[in-house]
This record gives sequence, structure tokens and C-alpha cells, in this order.
Amino acid sequence: MSASDVLQVVLYITLLVATTAVLGIFMEKVFQGKSTFLDFFLKPVERAIYRFSGIDSVQEMNWKQYAVAVLWFNLCGGVVLLLLLLGQGSLPLNPQNLPGLGFPLALNTAVSFVTNTNWQAYSGEATMSYLSQMAGLGVQNFLSAATGIGVLLAFIRGLIRRQVDTLGNFWVDAVRSTLYILLPLSFALALILVSQGVVQTSSSYVTATTLMGQEQVIPLGPAASQIAIKQLGTNGGGFFGVNSAHPFENPTPLSNFLQMFAILCLPAALTVTYGKMVGSVRQGWTLFAAMMVVFLITLGAMFWAEYAGNPLFPTGAFLEGKEVRIGVANSILWGDVTTLASNGSVNAMHSSFSALAGGIAILNMLLGEVIFGGVGSGLYGMLMFVLLTVFIAGLMVGRTPEYLGKKIEAFEIKMAVVALLVPSICVLSLTVLGCTTEMGKASIANPGPHGLSEILYAFASMANNNGSAFAGLNAATLFYTLGGSVAMVVGRFAVIVPVLAIAGSMVRKKIAPPSSGTFPKDGGLFVGLLVSVVLIVGSLTFFPVLALGPVLEHLLIQGGRAF
Amino acid sequence: MLKDHSAQSWITGAILRAAIIESFIKLNPVLLWKNPVIFVTAVGALLSTTTLFLGNLSSFTVQITLWLWFTVLFANFAEAVAEGRGKAQAEALRRSRALAWARRIRNGTEEKISATELRLGDAVVCEVGDIIPSDGEIIDGIASVDESAITGESAPVVRESGGDRSAVTGGTRVISDRIIVKITAEPGHTFIDRMISLVEGASRQKTPNEIALGILLVSLTLVFLLSVFTLPFFAWYNEAAAGQSNAVNVSLPVLVALLVCLIPTTIGGLLSAIGISGIDRLVRRNVLATSGRAVEAAGDIDVLLLDKTGTITLGNRMASAFLPAPGVAADRLARAAQLASLADETPEGRSIVVLAKEIHGVRGREVAEPHVKFIPFSAHTRMSGVDFSGGTEERAASIRKGAADNVREWVLGQGGQFPIEVKETVDQISRQGGTPLVVAEGCEVLGTVHLKDVIKGGIKERFAQLRQMGIRTVMITGDNPLTAAAIAAEAGVDDFMAEATPEMKLSRIRSEQAAGHLVAMTGDGTNDAPALAQADVGVAMNTGTQAAREAGNMVDLDSNPTKLIEVVEIGKQLLMTRGSLTTD
Repeated sequence: MSASDVLQVVLYITLLVATTAVLGIFMEKVFQGKSTFLDFFLKPVERAIYRFSGIDSVQEMNWKQYAVAVLWFNLCGGVVLLLLLLGQGSLPLNPQNLPGLGFPLALNTAVSFVTNTNWQAYSGEATMSYLSQMAGLGVQNFLSAATGIGVLLAFIRGLIRRQVDTLGNFWVDAVRSTLYILLPLSFALALILVSQGVVQTSSSYVTATTLMGQEQVIPLGPAASQIAIKQLGTNGGGFFGVNSAHPFENPTPLSNFLQMFAILCLPAALTVTYGKMVGSVRQGWTLFAAMMVVFLITLGAMFWAEYAGNPLFPTGAFLEGKEVRIGVANSILWGDVTTLASNGSVNAMHSSFSALAGGIAILNMLLGEVIFGGVGSGLYGMLMFVLLTVFIAGLMVGRTPEYLGKKIEAFEIKMAVVALLVPSICVLSLTVLGCTTEMGKASIANPGPHGLSEILYAFASMANNNGSAFAGLNAATLFYTLGGSVAMVVGRFAVIVPVLAIAGSMVRKKIAPPSSGTFPKDGGLFVGLLVSVVLIVGSLTFFPVLALGPVLEHLLIQGGRAF
Repeated sequence: MLKDHSAQSWITGAILRAAIIESFIKLNPVLLWKNPVIFVTAVGALLSTTTLFLGNLSSFTVQITLWLWFTVLFANFAEAVAEGRGKAQAEALRRSRALAWARRIRNGTEEKISATELRLGDAVVCEVGDIIPSDGEIIDGIASVDESAITGESAPVVRESGGDRSAVTGGTRVISDRIIVKITAEPGHTFIDRMISLVEGASRQKTPNEIALGILLVSLTLVFLLSVFTLPFFAWYNEAAAGQSNAVNVSLPVLVALLVCLIPTTIGGLLSAIGISGIDRLVRRNVLATSGRAVEAAGDIDVLLLDKTGTITLGNRMASAFLPAPGVAADRLARAAQLASLADETPEGRSIVVLAKEIHGVRGREVAEPHVKFIPFSAHTRMSGVDFSGGTEERAASIRKGAADNVREWVLGQGGQFPIEVKETVDQISRQGGTPLVVAEGCEVLGTVHLKDVIKGGIKERFAQLRQMGIRTVMITGDNPLTAAAIAAEAGVDDFMAEATPEMKLSRIRSEQAAGHLVAMTGDGTNDAPALAQADVGVAMNTGTQAAREAGNMVDLDSNPTKLIEVVEIGKQLLMTRGSLTTD
């Protein structure tokens, strides 16, 4: 690790902290309906949207109505996207005349983009028309992020309102977060990316003749606009097959740095938004700190594993599968950031990481995408862990557990446990299916512990709505597309519904004022407890399978056997 | 160390022996199922025993199997010990509740029926030696009652109709006089019945926290079950991929051992024992909780409403100083005050006699003259005193002591004067939280007696402790605000309610609860019943009325209001024990 590597990491974290402070406060204003400097341009647009779509913006919803709105919204979005993908062959904006997708792949892709997973069992330039990319995938990149924010806002209202029934209006939350946050930021980022050389065109692919005299097709497309939201919305679905390792998606070190930054900026800033909304910014920074601690632990471990070298080829850092343009350190940082943040984009082949670094990438996803995590979804997932922590800590200090003055009772624990454990159950069962059935094993590129990691990575990625791919596994088979679709739906909505149910139960409770005997929910002690609960619950469940995958592979490599 | 053979010893050999047998009986799957974590462990133990008998007789498997069975049996044993203690207490209670006869009065005639035939509203008569057949309210008469069966206190207590001491408990014995009791409990639902089912754990409901924790434990067990039993598939895949099938030992005992390490067996095994012991600890302190819920709620209390008298101060005010008026000798004041108090049987009166004796060496019998008429205290005059009918000495006809205003009127009425200095002393005592009593002889004001509330020793430190635990203390008193403030400051309570009425108590509890606080209080009178019912933890005094005892969710058999603080501490301890075992 060189000094410049360290400098980049420090720069990255500094920028993240600074943005969190500023953007977090701004978002609080937007979500609470306060006036902002954008009102002048956007307020008329917002009103027009409500009028046009018949939304009564002051109508409040209870948790069931809110959940129905979320599910209905996502179902409709999914169906539209599915039809678009099936029929893209006969739709406009298709200069390459790409045919419609087969049903399993179309279903997998539609589910993947609706659930903010962006798992791609296809290669963008060879499969998707420009219309599908822009009007299908791009739109869902915005809407799935807005859905995450909406659910988070409903949950926060559940905590701060007292003894009422309603959690806000999903349509308003979705419109405001898209219009005031996602669109302006994406627009700005897209412009910068274009300046760095990311392509943005609707013309057809160009053909060139190489020095060897062979003909080469160079794919183009409206990439910059989509890449901006793919990173900001923690989606991660690449425009091209190799995602951000492609020079048209990620041409320069600056574009690389900005994209990495864009991935974490909203999930991180939402912590402060949360703190501001619950009336204690310190509370928000506490959650930020807990996330940062896990981030630094995993980053340190990945750096160590990548630079520790390989006894078979004692040449220093692992270089296979990495883009030398961008460097090893940036690939590691990117790998850690994306797997933690539920962003599926890659700028290096994770399969080529050292066994342990690959294992940490898997663990990052298995923690439930709560360390920064997806936009909105990361924080509400983390809040489920907070409830669990508060419950255990409350019992330890001899008080009935409460969070922000609201009692945590059997119902909340039941729902939090569902939200935290159902995706885990999904990952384990599907991985067993993958490594015991012929249809599962047929897709493996490197049989042995690494093959086990490939399957585990795929289902960890889908069930936790990350979308990152390990490479190596052939995911375009019936088993992985359909099994993955199930995993993605469960991983998204088996969390959203319990979260909203908890919000619905919390919003009816009264708020007890804090006393000196209340267990403090901010500060170092709580950060420590929260981090331990996240790591213990997350890693204990997967300890056996991780031991037989990445850890075993590592031990075998130390013994001189590679895969 | 000497073995403790006293009755305090909380585990006897008999209980342990019974518990060992019980821990095997509890291996019944139907009973084990109630505790899923231990059930899973037991299934694991059974499976590894089966592999043992199927020929896999390695020392490793034997060890694992033994440990697994030991884990299950120990969890059963812990629960059995906790239950055994309750059963022993219940047995003792049952013995005391000998099958009783009741003498029911119907249409003016008396008939002898079995106590079990008594119904709500029946009237029964009890005389010397009778066992009171059921819970009730005295509607006529007064009697001393031996309540040792429920309180363990051998000194009899007086029960009388009307007022706050009218409740009697079934199973107690009348040892003097005759009373008529109106039955207030259905058979099988008397106080003793409730106690028996409580200490036996029969009616033990799971508390909200226990339920929530149970859910968490079951879910963790489930997910670990899944993560352990998917392990062999991954291992077999790796074996096959390496071309070395059956190379690794993923036998059942190994998996079960891993599972038991992962699942939360410690807390799972002890959860119900902790719950039972919470109630048990209260019982040992002579407090009966109607449910485990109440014990747990006690741990969450953050506002304590405490009656001043008996909890914060010793029951009564004591004379602390004689402050003579200008020109009056201190001895003369002391002597006059003592004379006026001789007939005063109240503790305040007695304390004046004692103080006069201690400080000024004045002895009561020196003034025991024949021509003396004692005037007792009356609420109307608010004075007490003594009249001399033509004594030999040349002294005024009478002495009075009482509230400053009344004595002033009395003195002025005889043409005397009320010195301004005495008035200043009176005001000063009031400001300090004391009660001034003015003593006058004829038309001459002799001075003031300072009656002081005596704060219980150590109570201030206790309140400081409570404050650290996050509990706010509110003193309830009938005193005027000035006095109340002074005592509150001296005792170190956080807040006080002066001139409190039962209605004010109730509304105070409601407003604290509306602000999200959990409130505990003690009470004994019928007029306390609404507040006791409203409070999250209401501890009724056993000497109190039936209404109060029904309204509260705990009854203190010793009728000691200070115990409220202990109750809160026990509740907290219960929650903490559970919490620290969860993270074990």
C-alpha cells in the first residue's frame, strides 16, 4: 500500500463526512416539506405532477395503505418493464435491432431493477435497446431508490409521531425525493461524467478496423445519464456488460473517484437527515459512526488480504482482474464500497480478488446491506439492527427496551427478526440447492471452494438486493434467473413490509421522555454495541458456509492449491 | 463456613431432591416444547444418543452426548428448583387453610355451612377461636385477628368495621370479640387461593419482555438450525469437487455440538427460572405480586409517589425544642407544656413529655395532683390542656397548648396579649417545615414547642441512589406547601405534592403517565383505590381496605410503605439478570 493509496482513502472519507453534514440537512428540509432554494424551479413541477396524476398531497396514509401503495407502485413498474423488455424488438430506439428478451431473463431483469438489485444476467450492449435502457432500466433506477427513501421516511415518522395512525403519503415522498434529490444530483453528475469521456449518444454502434485488419464493433449509447443514477441510487446496473470496468462507463481516475463517492453519498447523508428528523443530529452521526466503523474494518481487512500476496506467485498485490488504469487500491475501495452499499457495479472482477477479500465482499452483502446500504433501505435495515440492539441493551440495564421514547415490544421484535432473518434463510436454502443440484452445479466455473463462493456470492447479492456479480458463474440459466428472482423479491419486500408494520405499530405509541436511567442511544458505547450486534448476527449465521467457501479456499492457497 | 440451618435458608435438601426428580420428569417432550431452545438441544441429545447405539461408540460421541443431556437436565433442574420453592410455600399455605366452617346469617338466623358454599355478599359471624371462612369486610364489630397464616407475623392485629382497617382475610383466626363479616370473594378466588396459585407459578403469565425475548431466541435458534444443517451439503459439495467423497467427518454429533454452541442455550434454559424467581424474591420480602407483569413493570418505574408519613419520615412528629416567650424561663415552659400533654395520648403529646423530662428534668408524676381536669384534644378547638380546680398554688386556672391561631384567640379572649416575638418564632418554625405548638397559661403566652418531622435515617442516600437509576421521587403529604417544601428539601425528594387529596393523587398519576412515565405508589385506604388501580405498580398495604387490596397489583403483607423502593429494585434486578444472560 503506497502513500497515495492512503491519501485517496482519506480524501474519500473526508469528502463523505463533509457531504453527509451538508446534504443530510438539505434532505431533511425536502422530506419535511420545508422550503428550499430549489422550490423556485421545482415547486411548479411538483404541483403539476400532483394535478396531472390526481394525487391529493395532504392525504395521509396508515401503514397498510402505505405498504399497498409501495407494493402496487413496484408491481406496476415491474410489469411495464417486463413488457418493455419482452417487446423491445418491435419498439423504437433500437438501432442495433436487438430482439426481445426471453421470459426468464426478462423477468429476472425486471425484478432486479424494480428491487434496486440490478443483478444482470445479461450483457447490456448485446441485449438491451436504448429504449429499454433509458425508459425501462433508467426509470426504475430512480423509482426503486425513491421507494427506499419513501419506506425510510414512513419508518422515521413512525418514530417521531405520537399516538396517531398515519405515516405520510407515499406518492408525495416518492415525487419529492425523485424531483428534489435524485434528478438534480444525477443531472450534475452526468454532466461531469460526460466531461470525463463517458459516452452519451443515441446513435448506433460504430464499426472500426483494427490494426490486425479485423473488424470491431464499438458499442455506444446514452450511458452517462444512466450511470449517474446507477451510482447515486445505489443501483449498480451497468450500461455495458463489464460495468464500470468499461472505459466508456468509467474513463478516468476522477470519474472513478466521483462514482465511488456517488455510491455512498446518499446512504451516508440520510443518517444525518434521520438525526435531524428525530430531533437529535447526534443520533444520526451515531449511526453514521457505526457504519463507518464496519466500513473501515472491512476495508482494512480487504486491503490486507489483497496486498498479502499469494504464495504461488509471490509478486505482491493481486493484479488479476483489476483495471491497471485505476489501480489496485481503487479496485479494493470500490469493491468494499459497492458490496456494503448494495450497489452492484464493479470496476474489477471480484472473483479474482484474493480468497479472503472475496469472502469479505460476500460477508458485506450478507450483513444485510445495512452498512450505508441502499438508498433508504440501508438505513431502515440498520434501524432493524438498532431495535435489536436496544432490546438487548435495555434488558441489560434493567429497563423495558425503548427507542426514542417508544417501547419495543413483542410485535416489533417479531417483525425486526423477520426483516433481518428471512433474507438469510433465502440465501442459505438457495445456496444449498445450487451446490446439490445438477442445474446449479452446471453454472460453476471453478469447482471446489471457489465454486461454492460463486453460488453463495450470487444468492447473497440477489437476496440482499446488491446486484454485484462475482464473475465466473453462468447466471443466465433457468435455475439462477428464476431462483434469483425469488431471492430478490423476498430480499426487498420481506423487509419493506415488516419495516412498515413496525412503523405502523410504533406510530401509535406514546413517547416517554428520557431520564437519567435511560440507556443512551448515542455515543461510543452504543456504536460499539450496534457494531457487535450487526457483526455477530450477520457472521454467526453464515460462519459455517463462509468457512467452507472463502476461508477454505484461502487455506488451500496457502497450502499451494489454486482454483 | 457454617451451614445456614435457619428458616431463611432458601434451598433445602428436600427441594433439591425433588428438583432432581422433577428435572427428569420434565424431559417429557410436551413439557420441553414450551421452551424451544432446550427442546432443540434435547432433540440433538436424542439424535446423538441414537448414533451412539447405532455403533458409533467413540469417546468423542460419548462426551458430546453426555454434555448435551447435562445441558437439558440442568435447564430443567433450574426451573424445577425455582418452582419447588414456590410449591413448598404453597404447601405451607394450604396447611394453614384448614377446611373451615362458616356461620352464615340469613334472615336473622344463623346456620352452619361449609366455607366453600359461601357466596359473594353473604354475611357470616365470627367469634373467638373461629377461622374467618373467606375474604370479607367487617360490617359490624371489632376484633383482634391473628394473621400469622399469611403474614408470618405472630402479633395479632385489630380489625374493625368502617374505616381503613375493615378487611379480613380468609384463613386468619379471630382471637377476641365478635364480628360480622360480609363476604367479598367467590370461593376459589380468595386471597389465599390467589397466593397459592401465584407462588406455585400456576397462574404465571409470561411478561411482555419475556415474550419478546422468547421470539428473538426462537428465531435465532431457527436460523442457526438452518445454518448448521446446510453445512453438510456444502461440505459434501467440496468433497465431491475435490474427488474425495466421505473424507470429512460431518457426523450428527459434530453438527449438534456446533448447533448447541451457536443457539442461546444459557438464557433459553434459565428464562422461566428467572421469571419465577422474580415473584419468589418478592414473596421472600413478604410482597405478593398478582402477576409477573407487575414485577417487570416495577423495574421500569421512573416516578415514585411516596407518602410522606411512614415512608420518608418516621410515623409522627416529635418535639425537638422549647422556645420560651421573652421573659419566661425555659423550665416553666417545659413544665407547662408537659402538664398540658399528660393526657395527650398522641405520639406528638408523648414526645413533649419525653423531651421535657430529658432536657429539663421535669417528671410527670410531680404534677399528678388531684384537682386536675385534663382537656383532651378536639378537632374543634384544636387545643388540649389541663384545668386546675382550685389548686393550692397560686397559679392560673388552666394551661392550653395548640395551634398558634387557636391559642392566640384563647389568650386574647381572656384579655391577654400575644407577643410579637412568639409570632415570629411560630412563622420561623413553619418555614423550616416544623409544626409550632403554642403553650399558654391563663392569659400569658409562655412560648412555643417545635414539633419536627423526623426524616428516616439513610433515606436521603436512598433517594440519591434512585435518582441515579433514573427514578424521580414525589412526596405526597397533607401538609401545607411551606412545610412540605422544607421536608422535601431535607429528605432530598425531587418533587412534592402538598395538601394532597386522593383525587389529586389520581390526576397526578394520570398526567405523569400521559407524559410517558411509569408510576408506582403505595396506598391503603378505600379512597386510594382508584389511584392504586391507575398506577403502573400499586402496592396496597395488607392492613388496608379490601378495595385497596383489590385495586393494587401488589400487596405488602408487612404494610411497610418503604418497601416500594425495594420492589422497584427487585424488578430492575430481574430485567438485568435476563439481559446479561441474553448476551452471555
